[in-house]
Amino acid sequence: MMILRDSLRALLVLLALSWASVAMAGPYEDALQKFTTDSYADTDTAIVGVASSGNPQALAVVEALRDGRLLAGAGRVVIRDASGAMTDAATGQAIAGAAPADLKPVRVNNRVRRAIEAALGSMTLMSPDAGKRLDAARAVFRSKDAAALPILDQALAQEKDATVKTILEEARAAILLSAPDISSADRIAAIGVLKARGNQDALALLSSVTGAPEVVEAAQAAAAGIRSRLELWNALQNVWYGISLGSVLLLAAIGLAITFGTMGVINMAHGEMVMIGAYTTFVVQEIIRTQMPGLFGASLFIALPLAFVVAGGIGILIERTVIRFLYGRPLETLLATWGLSLMLQQAVRSIFGPTNREVGTPAWMSGALELGGLSLTYNRIAIVIFAFGVFAALLLVMRYTSLGLFVRAVTQNRRMAGSMGIRTNRIDALAFGLGSGVAGIAGVALSQIDNVSPNLGQGYIIDSFMVVVFGGVGNLWGTLVGAMTLGIANKLLEPYAGAVLGKIVLLIAIILFIQRRPRGLFALKGRAVEA
Amino acid sequence: MSMLGKAVKGARWLAASALIAGTMAGAAQAQETIKVGILHSLSGTMAISETTLKDAMLMLIEEQNKKGGILGKKLEAVVVDPASNWPLFAEKARELISKDKVVAVFGCWTSVSRKSVLPVFKELNSILFYPVQYEGEESERNVFYTGAAPNQQAIPAVDYLAKEEGVQRWVLAGTDYVYPRTTNKILEAYLLAKGVKPEDIMINYTPFGHSDWQTIVADIKKFGSAGKKTAVVSTINGDANVPFYKELGNQGVKATDIPVVAFSVGEEELAGIDTKPLVGHLAAWNYFQSVDTPDNKAFIEKWKAFTKNDKRVTNDPMEAHVIGFNMWVKAVEKAGTTEPDKVIDSIVGIQVPNLTGGVSEMLPNHHITKPVLIGEIKDNGQFDVVWKTEGLVPGDAWSKELDGSKDLVADWKTLKCGNYNTVTKKCGGA
Repeated sequence: MMILRDSLRALLVLLALSWASVAMAGPYEDALQKFTTDSYADTDTAIVGVASSGNPQALAVVEALRDGRLLAGAGRVVIRDASGAMTDAATGQAIAGAAPADLKPVRVNNRVRRAIEAALGSMTLMSPDAGKRLDAARAVFRSKDAAALPILDQALAQEKDATVKTILEEARAAILLSAPDISSADRIAAIGVLKARGNQDALALLSSVTGAPEVVEAAQAAAAGIRSRLELWNALQNVWYGISLGSVLLLAAIGLAITFGTMGVINMAHGEMVMIGAYTTFVVQEIIRTQMPGLFGASLFIALPLAFVVAGGIGILIERTVIRFLYGRPLETLLATWGLSLMLQQAVRSIFGPTNREVGTPAWMSGALELGGLSLTYNRIAIVIFAFGVFAALLLVMRYTSLGLFVRAVTQNRRMAGSMGIRTNRIDALAFGLGSGVAGIAGVALSQIDNVSPNLGQGYIIDSFMVVVFGGVGNLWGTLVGAMTLGIANKLLEPYAGAVLGKIVLLIAIILFIQRRPRGLFALKGRAVEA
Repeated sequence: MSMLGKAVKGARWLAASALIAGTMAGAAQAQETIKVGILHSLSGTMAISETTLKDAMLMLIEEQNKKGGILGKKLEAVVVDPASNWPLFAEKARELISKDKVVAVFGCWTSVSRKSVLPVFKELNSILFYPVQYEGEESERNVFYTGAAPNQQAIPAVDYLAKEEGVQRWVLAGTDYVYPRTTNKILEAYLLAKGVKPEDIMINYTPFGHSDWQTIVADIKKFGSAGKKTAVVSTINGDANVPFYKELGNQGVKATDIPVVAFSVGEEELAGIDTKPLVGHLAAWNYFQSVDTPDNKAFIEKWKAFTKNDKRVTNDPMEAHVIGFNMWVKAVEKAGTTEPDKVIDSIVGIQVPNLTGGVSEMLPNHHITKPVLIGEIKDNGQFDVVWKTEGLVPGDAWSKELDGSKDLVADWKTLKCGNYNTVTKKCGGA
């Protein structure tokens, strides 16, 4: 079977090389027929057959299959393009009118998907578009399809783009390493190329090398080299994970640093403000999806101010209607806000339903950036930057605006501030609104990495309190340091202790720390402490 | 849908539930009814999954009443909310049986909630239909398990991966509680018996609601780069799945490289995720919404009409309730009474059609026969069935893979025992 497939592929290569543009009706149409049997094995054969036919329609057929636009049934195969127009795959002629009812999309599974990837790879290696050539080279690297070797050499000879060329060489090395009947010298040279690549893919290939002892030895030496190099990067990678977890904690806790930290309100409904921010993002995206799909990439930026206003507004409402009657009575506040959190959750559950809501990720936040041996996902990078941005903005507000000045004055000495003419009631409401609003914009960011469900906030409330208490109540810098310390410690522990035990160890460490320093890392000094 | 539309919908929902409650109270006075309990969380963490099952039960009961009820009487649903609180499950179960006098209860999702209500059902001698796939190692006289046992889900899924995808290296990832731990224990024993080396199995547990998957996904990638085909068998439950799949997509783990087969991810869970990066990852169930049979088509239409929402999806535990409810109806009709003792005796051997084109049977061990389906995630949030067992698989109450349980059988018809030891010939476990 494999031999047949490979020889078919070789045929494709020969045809492509000689620019045989004459459509060979026989094999192409035979292969097409195999799409109509609704069997994965037949579809697999059909892909190889179509790809090797050299028919000008072949690329369109395989691409349509990949995108689920290839329809088959009753002995015919039809390509539907993105706009819905139909073309007969066999003749290349357009079909007028609606789709025939007996046609169904050809089904694909993972095996078929791999065949598609391999076929597309070898068919687009010569594409004029450098991006497509890069994808093709990567696809060949993954498929390690020996039949693609001649066309790969051809592509290598004329490739100008350095990045594409490197991947092509690596793909060639990957094929040489896994194909039979390759001389030891060639294979050792291939090992050298892969060693230079030096990542996990290369490691996987090198670890599976078998054959002549000198080749295996070279492969193992190269693999060991890569492993020790990856080990180093791994430590850095864990620190990055820690920073990214830390910035999630920072985002979740920073609003609480104001309401609990500076105002002293034990706000159990803080997590629900985060959730409301996430749901605001959902509503914004729904409206954008139906009204102006072009703006989707900017949906998060539109959601940010709205989430701040909505969550902040609800925060002010809560402060005016409930919390202001409970200042100085921490137990009652705790119970009242806990009740509020349940009410908010159930309200959201009634309005939006109990199931998760889908918040889309804009294209610019998908995927990962490869930096040396590090793999940084774009959404985490965005969240780290965003968290620090929010922190800086809040710091500036507290330091340089009159609102910040009044809040600080009221928390330091309420009566004195009042007698200086500050309307303490109004400042309480605004400060609570500010803390809630900041929680709301944290929700926008967290909607990108977590469930948007009524329970979203519950997952963060404990962590938030932990960060604020650990960092030192009443100090924004303490929150920053606390969040980062907990995040990094957690991620450095996790590989050794596992996620469950890691969390337990961390909790015990915090309990012991709080025993030693009840006021946290950065304790406030002076008269505010006694207030 | 606009914000206003949502709000209107919410208000309508509230009004509708008030109406149901109202009519229920009214009906109770009008004529004698047969009461059926529904014990599913409508608030708290598990509401996400269990609310749907409550709605499904209401639909089934309404439908049965349109057909004239059972034994000439109308059915009446008694809905309680145990609020995802395990001890409250036991309290609410007691309330249903002793105060409301229900004759059977359909409910529970998590194993811990089932374990919490077990003593109540035993003590008050009532009937529970449990619709969710679970870890097995249990067979009680008062409980009927209509979800899958491990041999009806986990083991066929592993066989599929080994055979069709040539997987040699296994990551068993789960949430840290009884179902994943037991299932992974069974799977590990099974894989080792099949000749998989211990170093080719990685087991990982995470807390409930785990949201930071960076390290674990990176570990999986690392584990998968040893030159052998690797797959992840996921017993990750509930909310933790969304961030897990998002992280997989972002770190570029594709189904063609490292497929993930999940036992707790269905249509309902996928509704909250953009599934495009997940295309090709797998799930093993006994039912998928995409199964193309006339029965299933009719069921989906009824469900969408009942919920008045075109986008509502159906899932595996819903089908389990359909089978369980129909079995109960048949058993009551056969026994001529709703009395639990009679129904427990008459239900074994009852056969009802399932929604995937087969006929499921209640076995003497109180589990049922089911087909096993493997589905691949499609970009529209549905599954494409890529593999199916030849016939129906009978559920094993006791796993044949574990030392402690391989000698045990459950048989409530002839042996009248849930854990009969075939070696010592005694009832009472290992």
